[in-house]
Amino acid sequence: MFNYNFRWNQALNSLPDMLQGALVTMEIAILSMVIGISVAIVLTLFRLSGNRILSAISATWVEIARNTPALFQIYMVHFGLGGFGVHLSPYLSLLIGIAFNNAGYLTENFRGALKAIPDTQTRAARSLGMSSIQAFQSVILPQMLRISFLPMTNQMVWAILMTSLGAVVAMNTDLYGVTSDLNARTFRTFELFAIAAVIFYVITKVITLSARLLAARLFRY
Amino acid sequence: MIEIENVRKSFGPLEVLKGINLTVAKGEVLTVIGGSGSGKSTLLTCINGLEPIDSGRILVDGIEVHARTTDLNKLRQKIGIVFQQWNAFPHLTVLENVMLAQVKVLKRSKAEAEAEAVRQLNHVGLGDKLKVYPSKLSGGQQQRMAIARALAMSPDYMLLDEVTSALDPQLVGEVLDTLRMLASEGMTMICVTHEMKFAREVSDRVAFFHKGVMAEIAPPEELFGAPKDPELQKFLAATH
Repeated sequence: MFNYNFRWNQALNSLPDMLQGALVTMEIAILSMVIGISVAIVLTLFRLSGNRILSAISATWVEIARNTPALFQIYMVHFGLGGFGVHLSPYLSLLIGIAFNNAGYLTENFRGALKAIPDTQTRAARSLGMSSIQAFQSVILPQMLRISFLPMTNQMVWAILMTSLGAVVAMNTDLYGVTSDLNARTFRTFELFAIAAVIFYVITKVITLSARLLAARLFRY
Repeated sequence: MIEIENVRKSFGPLEVLKGINLTVAKGEVLTVIGGSGSGKSTLLTCINGLEPIDSGRILVDGIEVHARTTDLNKLRQKIGIVFQQWNAFPHLTVLENVMLAQVKVLKRSKAEAEAEAVRQLNHVGLGDKLKVYPSKLSGGQQQRMAIARALAMSPDYMLLDEVTSALDPQLVGEVLDTLRMLASEGMTMICVTHEMKFAREVSDRVAFFHKGVMAEIAPPEELFGAPKDPELQKFLAATH
């Protein structure tokens, strides 16, 4: 029978702790995006290089990141590498795992974006005497980042949500980890996770909306 | 001086340049006419090394374009090229479009590059569009911007590849006027064009290409007035 007594006040007393956890979640998501975007640009260059080994590295990364569960990727960073004597903290494992996943998805996004940029852009840049690196950096890259801006914000939202997978590596300072610990102590499961869900929702909404505002500000052409 | 010696070039089984010999002197305006697929545009992209050649050689001021030791990025600073599709960089303003390569390639300071860009844009009549993005320009304006972008590199030669072909008819005139102005200023130019009237007016010599061969080359009054090559006679009859 339904005889659960809601105790919102008790749960809401934990709000400061949860917001502290939300900050950690955002920190991990932002760092994982910065790393993810940087690695994805490198992987994209690998792919464009025409070098077989570099292309294979890029393709393999994308395949693994997109076709295995993110949870496995994080687990592997923590316990898989642990088997080789590389012991990373839960925080670092989670960060690297999410960054790995981000890099894979973003590389694929960048590939699609590059297809939308006419070859003649590179040709025009090269005919002005720019090196292939200069042409990529000043002409192709900015257009590529613009085209993949919205997919990038999706990935950012996904990165926020993926932080909850830190559970598998005993991460306990992010929003999910804090909530889970509070739950273990108080058993206010419904209230605590409902509050955490609202916080997650607000964070991701703010990201999507501010991305839209930022896009309007950045891309005036 | 641009010297083209027995240049051959194939795309797969299709030979598009079948042994071209041609010299363009400093200050000369050469226009190249001919049907599509005659190899005239390919020749231009070979001159600045965007396309490799199969045999023969091309010398620009004595430097062999396709030699392994040639620094193409450096050579291309001498040779401005403008294409049928103007290829404006959409993420940069008109001013930034014209400044970019000056800063990156010629290592000019921002201030120098901006001054030169403003000068060239005024020159082609876009002085009031500096802060505008290319998407807000007409085709003719974008093409003039592309010309200014090439000119800002202070090239010794300008290669113009059907620069009016993709334009609406009412916009052709403004671009041709820009080219006329360049010609009158003594710029060495090779123009591939379908504008016969323009070719007749500005050229020192006109070359007619047909199926990968330079079938005839002569001063315009001679080439248009008394064409010798039978294919050229047919071509002129069809275009008039």
